[in-house]
Amino acid sequence: MTASLMPGLPILIGALFVPLLRGHLQKVFLLLLPIIGLAQLTGLDHGSLIQLSLFEYELNPVRIDRLSLVWGYIFHIALLLNIIFSLHVRDNVQHIAGLVYAGSAIGAAFAGDLITLFVYWELTAVASVFLIWAVRTERSYRAGMRYLIVQVGSGVLLLAGILVLVSDTGSLAFDRLELIGVGPWLIFIAFGIKAAFPLLHGWLQDAYPEATVTGTVFLSAFTTKLAIYALARSFPGTEILIPIGAAMTAFPIFFAVIENDLRRVLTYSLNNQLGFMVVGVGIGTELSINGTAAHAFAHILYKALLFMSMGAVLYRTGTIKGSELGGLYRSMPWTTAFCCIGAASISAFPLFSGFVSKSLIVSAAGDGHYLITWFILLFASAGVFHHSGIKIPYFAFFAHDSGIRCKEAPLNMLIAMGITATLCIAIGVFPSYLYSILPYAVDYQPYTTSHVITQLQLLMFSALAFIFLQRTGLYPPELPSVNLDIDAIYRRALPLIMGTIGRITITGRDRIITTGKKAVSSILVVVEHYHGRRGIFARTWTTSSSVLIVLVFLALYLLLYL
Amino acid sequence: MTEDNQQTDKRWLDRPGSVDKIVRTVYAVCILLFLADFAYHKHPHFAAEEWFGFYGVYGFVSCVLLVLAAKELRRLLKRDEGYYDR
Repeated sequence: MTASLMPGLPILIGALFVPLLRGHLQKVFLLLLPIIGLAQLTGLDHGSLIQLSLFEYELNPVRIDRLSLVWGYIFHIALLLNIIFSLHVRDNVQHIAGLVYAGSAIGAAFAGDLITLFVYWELTAVASVFLIWAVRTERSYRAGMRYLIVQVGSGVLLLAGILVLVSDTGSLAFDRLELIGVGPWLIFIAFGIKAAFPLLHGWLQDAYPEATVTGTVFLSAFTTKLAIYALARSFPGTEILIPIGAAMTAFPIFFAVIENDLRRVLTYSLNNQLGFMVVGVGIGTELSINGTAAHAFAHILYKALLFMSMGAVLYRTGTIKGSELGGLYRSMPWTTAFCCIGAASISAFPLFSGFVSKSLIVSAAGDGHYLITWFILLFASAGVFHHSGIKIPYFAFFAHDSGIRCKEAPLNMLIAMGITATLCIAIGVFPSYLYSILPYAVDYQPYTTSHVITQLQLLMFSALAFIFLQRTGLYPPELPSVNLDIDAIYRRALPLIMGTIGRITITGRDRIITTGKKAVSSILVVVEHYHGRRGIFARTWTTSSSVLIVLVFLALYLLLYL
Repeated sequence: MTEDNQQTDKRWLDRPGSVDKIVRTVYAVCILLFLADFAYHKHPHFAAEEWFGFYGVYGFVSCVLLVLAAKELRRLLKRDEGYYDR
């Protein structure tokens, strides 16, 4: 009975049955799971539903409140859309990994204590890596390994932080923490790794674009948004999050402009969007926390839509490099249209979802008079339109004709994209529905004349800048290349340093051994000289000469004595 | 796979001048939006917002700077595709 109350659990249990089913039955079963999960959520009372005792500690595996419900709803919706998008996949590993991944992310969002959080936190890491390994290449194996090490590392830090915290305070509650002392800091860094804070972000851009066509869509929804939830739960109003978030919105867009792998461009803009949410958590007012929740909700949808459209391109053409694509709108008109809707949503055009969610955060920054942050957010808003809104659709579907002619995306992909696109527009046109599920009561009107016009000015002049740069030839072309990011430290620099240290150690060892051997052999030469077969100490002497020597000594002794 | 080849030339976007039409539309929209600053009252948080055409200028300048800076960044960061495979 209690198990049926645990959100996420039906999905985790359902994953066990997937290998037993085949064909249409399996598809229906997959589709039913998130729907059952959603139905289960709507019937739950608020509060802590289950209490357990572990030794002397209180565990609280299910906490239902308005904050956790926002993530619960959107995680279920994302799972459903992901399942539709991946219905054509005939690979049980991916289906099971996706279900366990989503189920554990949902479980984590409702965790009321830190131990439950930790268990689900690690489960998301272990399940999600199979979405990368499912590509089944050496490259994906290595990328998955790097991803797993970072993710599990975050879990280890979380556990260490929990242990320190418990020994200090005796409380396991997954609640607000002051960022003072070792325990909270370890937990903060564990959250920060999964939220892809600047300098801790390398795994994101490294791993996500290496997953399968459908796996990347899965990945884009859960891990990082779970981390945002954890931050909103434990560290609302923690001021240091404001500069961290502002930096996150700004620096990835520089990389996005010059990145050639279009799914990696989207990962950079994913990182940039997380920055807005982190700023919202850092400001910590009701408006800004609402903004973070609303933006996470809207973002999961439009980001999934963008990754779906690029996944469809990769699926049909076999490449996702900007330098090899172009002109695909002729072959994939529907995918093009859906991608443009996702692009308009992430760019926060009026009537699209990003407009009604991001503006809560930007307004909160304005209300709090965070001048520099506000300017950076505005810059990032213009920049995200530039690389996600224009660059992605432009280089994939328009620009020069690559000559690629392929089929339109499979029907299930089109349906998934169609529903997601509809949701993106619906949220933008009717924001009150989204606002009604936010953690706090919303007293905010996104559609004022001033807001609509200023936002359109910002975006249209960004488009103008794109045209200007294209027409003057200043815009950097898409080139087959990789760009160094923070992951170069552990992918190139550290192996190089370790290799050099290894080489120095080995040569050093060899040298010591050779010098030692030389020293020993020169000693042996001396020993051989005196003690060897012809050595002076090794000679056998005749009895007469021995007697003579004794006589000489005795004579000397006599002389001295006298 | 080649079935759209015949249709390709008929698409509006592929006709000569179509792209110019789009570009001219963007110019026109930008001019209108810029002039719209006369027509409404802003609710500024900061003094800068009250400057005439602030959002347009800020959007244009920051995007140009973004791209130019990213281009410079490329000199520093760009490696060939097989860089990590070696």
